[in-house]
Amino acid sequence: MSILVIAEHDNRTLKGATLNTITAATAIGADIHVLVAGSRCSAVAEAVSGVKGVVRVLLAEAPHLEPLLAEDLAKLVTTLAGEYSHILAPATAFGRNFLPRVAAVLDVAQVSDVVAVESANTFVRPIYAGNALATVSSDDPVKVLSVRPTAFESAPEGGSAAVEPVPAPASFARTRCVSRELATSERPELAGAKVIVSGGRGLGSKENYHALLEPLADALGAALGASRAAVDAGFAPNDYQVGQTGKIVAPQLYVAVGISGAIQHLAGMKDSKVIVAINKDPEAPIFQVADYGVVGDLFVLVPELVSQLG
Amino acid sequence: MKILVPVKRVVDYNVKVRVKADGTGVDIANVKMSMNPFDEIAVEEAVRLREAGIATEVVAVSCGVAACQETIRAAMAIGADRGILVESDVELQPLAVAKLLKALCDKEQPTVVICGKQAIDDDSNQTGQMLAALMGWPQATFASKVQLADGVATVMREIDGGLETVEIKLPAVVTTDLRLNEPRYATLPNIMKAKKKPLETVKPADLGVDVAPRLATLKVAEPPKRSAGVRVADVAQLVDKLKNEAKVI
Repeated sequence: MSILVIAEHDNRTLKGATLNTITAATAIGADIHVLVAGSRCSAVAEAVSGVKGVVRVLLAEAPHLEPLLAEDLAKLVTTLAGEYSHILAPATAFGRNFLPRVAAVLDVAQVSDVVAVESANTFVRPIYAGNALATVSSDDPVKVLSVRPTAFESAPEGGSAAVEPVPAPASFARTRCVSRELATSERPELAGAKVIVSGGRGLGSKENYHALLEPLADALGAALGASRAAVDAGFAPNDYQVGQTGKIVAPQLYVAVGISGAIQHLAGMKDSKVIVAINKDPEAPIFQVADYGVVGDLFVLVPELVSQLG
Repeated sequence: MKILVPVKRVVDYNVKVRVKADGTGVDIANVKMSMNPFDEIAVEEAVRLREAGIATEVVAVSCGVAACQETIRAAMAIGADRGILVESDVELQPLAVAKLLKALCDKEQPTVVICGKQAIDDDSNQTGQMLAALMGWPQATFASKVQLADGVATVMREIDGGLETVEIKLPAVVTTDLRLNEPRYATLPNIMKAKKKPLETVKPADLGVDVAPRLATLKVAEPPKRSAGVRVADVAQLVDKLKNEAKVI
């Protein structure tokens, strides 16, 4: 039996989280097939075919697959499922949306947010906002797994898989994508960034958030993140949120500015390699996980940091 | 139109849970329990739709031990009209809950089911999607805005990188994101009134659903601890440490 990985992409480029998911599939140990579904997305299929470890690329193209709605994608994946022992997708908004539909139709459990593969049927996943790690095993005929991208390396290049077209089932038709508003940014994508500068309520306003953190992010080549408090207060857009309910990140360096460090925020960043906290409250819980902490006024410290980095 | 809102009783979000020494799970004895925060948002949204004259009845459902009654009462204090408890002492995993909810949907015929996007204990983020699949209904997950009109729900969804708007034909399942609304506090008179609202109890067997867990939990462990860091005196020292000790810049 083989493993099916569902690729995340925007019909033009492959999303990095797919590469981490392929690495998780490699740890299970069987032939890896990757499904690229979408519309006019053969460039994505070409990119996937060059990934090490991939032996077959299935390309399903149809106009109604363009927005990759959960209903249509789940229908397609369940028609292919018979040949596979494992079905994997990244635990991003994309994977979380469609994968449980696949599991339900196949009448199997899904293991969400896998952070380690112990064997072909035993997996580790965080529960309670990352405060515990559960090792679970599944006897279901098909293992449906969403994979936490930050827990696995990116699969390298070095493959030459064949691309084969597969038919797409008819449209589900009861869901329609009306519009998408994507924030455009020249900064690295938050989920895959090597350095993240993140701001919290301590910044006080949207103006301060941008005025203080953007120069620091520029100096470090970093992505910008935010705590839920900062997002709720309107300092930063929703998709900047790092935490249990936002994005889970694990950069080389995470700089938390004016963030107290609530359980829910720590759940999203405590696997970062190095954590720096800048906060005026010496008792803030963020200092319990920070490798380097500076207690002081962020309005003084952040500009000083920018000038010393420059 | 009738709205069904599944609610889950979970360890309160402010509690830092401890893993049991024998590795069988987390210790939830004598820990404060509350309604899952995403479910509160779901109840609030359903009640607002009733107050706006769009929905006629809001039914809160919880699956689990007898104490889940409190969670249903909490939903009724926010404004749900009645409650259903599917009582079971078995550990209910998302697929089992989705099947129980399907059986209730077949019976109750709601037009919309509004679920929280995930429970903060198992963090699965599966049940709403599974229910939609089992019903053959459309879904709109991670909703931050919901409008219902003419048999269609227009839902703004939070996706990686921004927002997406979808139109789904009813009946359908919607799952809530944190920014959908700000749930109201239940007032004392409403808490008293909730005690008198009808609450029906059924068993999984009455609904013909096999709820046996599919995933076996072999072990629950503490995550690796981060070693204690250092306080640095000033920015110059911080930059020095990052460059020469951590070598990350």
